[in-house]
Amino acid sequence: MAKITASVYTSHVPAIGAAMDLGKTQEPYWQPLFAGYDYSKQWMKDNTPDVVFLVYNDHATAFSLEMIPTFAIGTAAQYQPADEGWGARPVPVVQGHPELASHIAQSVIQQDFDLTIVNKMDVDHGLTVPLSLMCGAKDPKTDKWPFKVIPFAVNVVQYPVPSGRRCFQLGQAIRKAVESFDEDLNVQIWGTGGMTHQLQGPRAGLINKDWDNAWLDTLIDDPAATAQVPHIDYVREAGSEGIELVMWLIARGAMADVHGGPKPKVKHRFYHVPASNTAVGHMILENS
Amino acid sequence: MSLDKPYLDVPGTTIFDAEQSRKGYWLNQFCMSLMKAENRARFLADQRKYLDEWPMTEEQKLAVLAADLNRAIALGGNIYFLAKLGATHGKSFQQMAGSMTGMTEEEYRDMMIKGGRSIEGNRYVGENGSAQPQNQPQGHGTGRLL
Repeated sequence: MAKITASVYTSHVPAIGAAMDLGKTQEPYWQPLFAGYDYSKQWMKDNTPDVVFLVYNDHATAFSLEMIPTFAIGTAAQYQPADEGWGARPVPVVQGHPELASHIAQSVIQQDFDLTIVNKMDVDHGLTVPLSLMCGAKDPKTDKWPFKVIPFAVNVVQYPVPSGRRCFQLGQAIRKAVESFDEDLNVQIWGTGGMTHQLQGPRAGLINKDWDNAWLDTLIDDPAATAQVPHIDYVREAGSEGIELVMWLIARGAMADVHGGPKPKVKHRFYHVPASNTAVGHMILENS
Repeated sequence: MSLDKPYLDVPGTTIFDAEQSRKGYWLNQFCMSLMKAENRARFLADQRKYLDEWPMTEEQKLAVLAADLNRAIALGGNIYFLAKLGATHGKSFQQMAGSMTGMTEEEYRDMMIKGGRSIEGNRYVGENGSAQPQNQPQGHGTGRLL
């Protein structure tokens, strides 16, 4: 039986990927941020899963205004890093897990969530930056990512975006789906994006450290309460792009305690300001 | 019954909802075309000519030519789409965001290093924070990306 063993949460700022690709991680501006992931890289080596179910948002890359799926699951065998206007990131091709992905798609749709099934798409920084942060720099030709990845894209670009409540419920459905897969697989679920940021307009550069940290506290201790936070609170308190945090609730909803199991262990927690325009949040939770 | 839009009283913020998306469809699709290197080269060689291939409004084209991201957003642009335009001009996300605040690149970067823009006074239209219209422009920038 496949099993979700841990959840990982991290911001996915494009400038972080650029800093890694250009060898700037030890510069004074970036060093404190990357130091916050030293533990995580070691943890990743010690706890390498078979598959990562990676929740992220596409930033007008695979999905333009021609098509805007609210929830899209990747069922392909592989995904190329996207050219977002700067050229593609020099990272390995992402290998999928079509069998588990198709199984999850069928199970989750039968649990009344309308997923869009995607068999061809490029993946942008939303997906590749978390991989780089957790696994370290990888050569696109000679290296590969140490696990397979199921991309799960959430629309947080065009409003209305799904509520935190729905994301939390979706995480629960994904857990059920994974646990009904016959093969023994170690699966992690990652929720990415978010913490305070606003990239647009005269309010750009907003940071709300107190709100971010209170949100993290509640996410750990009482995720059902976090799931009730309305959209407008994210926009007003954490900036127009802070809404990405709803994606963390998908990962949190898939943890054992939400189903009556024991509380997860907080293995790591990190917060840093700034990375480019944003606050960076990061956390690792293990099922006991 | 009208739709619920509780986000209209957040200062300095345009939420990209269905109405904005409809207004900005071709502007944003033009931006998507810049994900191909050959299109970036064609655009940079003759911006006006390239823009005229798209059914955008004249106002939208002028906002692109002026690299005025606030104007482009008011006309239906979305920052993630406009990021392709910024990238084509060789600008980072921080340079793009900074250009919209009225600050110079240095002023904006310094604000971020000092912990970012405060939320105080910037939650509701009518308060007195730095993002409120009466406190704009904030610095010595041009409000444009280039």
